Amino acid sequence: MGGGKTIPILVVVAAIIGIWYAATVWLNTPWQLGVYEREGRDWTASDLIVDTMAQERPVLPSPHQVAVEIWQTTAEKKVTSKRSLVYHAWITLSATLAGFAMGTVLGVVLAVAIVHNRATDRSVMPWVIASQTIPILAIAPMIIVVLNAVGLSGLLPKALISTYLSFFPVVVGMVKGLRAPEAIQLDLMRTYSASTSQVFWKLRWPHSMPYLFASMKVAVAISLVGAIVGELPTGAVAGLGARLLAGSYYGQTVQIWSALIVAALLASVLVTLVGAAGGYVSRRMGVRP
Amino acid sequence: MTRLQAGLAAAVGLLGLLGLVLPLSAETGLLDTPFLTTFAVLCAASLFRFRNPLPVSVDGCLTLAAGLALPMSLTVIDRGSAGFWCLAAAGWLAAWLFVERLTASRRGGRWTALAVPVLFGVTLLVLWEVVTRGLNVPQVLLPPPSAIGARFAASIPILWADFQQTFLKAVLIGYALGCGSAFLVAIAIDRSPFLQRGLLPVGNLISALPIIGIAPIMVMWFGFDWPSKAAVVIVMTFFPMLVNTVAGLAEAGRMERDLMRTYAAGYWQTLVKLRLPAAAPFIFNALKINSTLALIGAIVAEFFGTPIVGMGFRISTEVGRMNVDMVWAEIAVAAVAGSAFFGAVALVERAVTFWHPSNRT
Repeated sequence: MGGGKTIPILVVVAAIIGIWYAATVWLNTPWQLGVYEREGRDWTASDLIVDTMAQERPVLPSPHQVAVEIWQTTAEKKVTSKRSLVYHAWITLSATLAGFAMGTVLGVVLAVAIVHNRATDRSVMPWVIASQTIPILAIAPMIIVVLNAVGLSGLLPKALISTYLSFFPVVVGMVKGLRAPEAIQLDLMRTYSASTSQVFWKLRWPHSMPYLFASMKVAVAISLVGAIVGELPTGAVAGLGARLLAGSYYGQTVQIWSALIVAALLASVLVTLVGAAGGYVSRRMGVRP
Repeated sequence: MTRLQAGLAAAVGLLGLLGLVLPLSAETGLLDTPFLTTFAVLCAASLFRFRNPLPVSVDGCLTLAAGLALPMSLTVIDRGSAGFWCLAAAGWLAAWLFVERLTASRRGGRWTALAVPVLFGVTLLVLWEVVTRGLNVPQVLLPPPSAIGARFAASIPILWADFQQTFLKAVLIGYALGCGSAFLVAIAIDRSPFLQRGLLPVGNLISALPIIGIAPIMVMWFGFDWPSKAAVVIVMTFFPMLVNTVAGLAEAGRMERDLMRTYAAGYWQTLVKLRLPAAAPFIFNALKINSTLALIGAIVAEFFGTPIVGMGFRISTEVGRMNVDMVWAEIAVAAVAGSAFFGAVALVERAVTFWHPSNRT
């Protein structure tokens, strides 16, 4: 094997799918045996394997069942239909992006204040860290309900939860990044008699770009989680979180799994996009790989 | 004095003057609220600092006066008007000025390092109290901290039962099993570079996924009681721990490994004496991330079905009954438990990785 990563990753992914299939058979067997017994018919091992993968409401749906469900609810439904996963994914995505944007701006602003003011650094920074030990996801439902009571509904409450979650990695990363320039570089700026804002725009800001994109990758992933959890309490109206909740109410495991997989795909696309943007910016800034 | 400090000082004084002139509320005068009036006079008097610089301690007293006078005046004032809000702003700015001067003086060292964030937290609490009660914000929207504290004290047995169910059972058991199994798997795949190359990117991807979504599935599989919550916690904590441990085990340098070889150390000796200690900072990083993840996972999993006890259950039912103060009491428990858990892991980290640069000051 060379140093390539493709083959090992493919092997691992194949192994995961294999384990999934095995688990499908194993977990669905008890119920299927019950069916055979009630119908009083003979069965062979191959019957069992085929039938466990085609149950209506399996304990664990098989990968191809989930794939078929995703195909039916994305490609074969109209995008505006309430049964289309694209529609639900779009609702979640818009809340995610709004929250992510607000969180990033808030995080950058806080980081700039922390880097330029000692009092802010001393007083705010410990609380920024402490704020993340509050399980915000756990109180997200209450925030949604309370904001609904004030008349704020729809996109914004979910986005606010995403904001709360996503500002943290940005603050931490940007504080590190804005402080990354070395003393010798700061001294050089001093000899040029650069003002604070010039030091910021010409040295600190460009220097912090890699840190910004690294923390934005974390932030976008966590902001999707925030949007999904934010959809749970609104009575399962729309969005991927609502699909999860509705699926769990009605025991529709295939629906839960397909929502889960779409959420996972969405997360990986978002993280990849942020990574690509980071690569583009650093290339434009003259960083060579 | 810097420009920022001068601006803050001027604002405090002027707002104090305004507080003396403008009405505090519709039905009260200056004499009904002696403490608040005293505070306003002090603020106005502090304008003399522009003739004679005042010591930092005076700003401390001003902040303290604000912290006492504002909440106490709320027993008399039902709904604040312009003067009251001027004084509230003056109190906030006085606290800011105090912190600003405290950090600028560079004295006290350890003591100020602790006092400054505490001061910030207390200021937030006082402002919260003053704003919610001074504006008559409905309880349902945001209860004042005093109401939350009262509810907390009155329902300690319920909170303790919830804490036991969610934290002591689901979180701790799930955390131990998730982190422990990930640790063992990491050591197992460490011997195969092929698996490492394949598992690391996949593990990284999976730790970015909304794993919380498996909560309904776990509730379906393992029932309503705590095992299903522990299962969610296990899955949530597994991948961060796996990825970090594998990365940490690769951390020991070639030089050190060669040294172990010259000592004729076997695989296990090298692992225990060199590579695990070198991996400790990474492992503790994962343990710290997981300490907050675990609590979130357990609470959210309870939204999908529980027996009639547990922090997530309490939050979702009390929201439905509009008992928002109880919800906030539960949040306080969660925040304290989460911070204490995080702090405990951080303390163990300092004791174990005392040699790491970030722990040597």
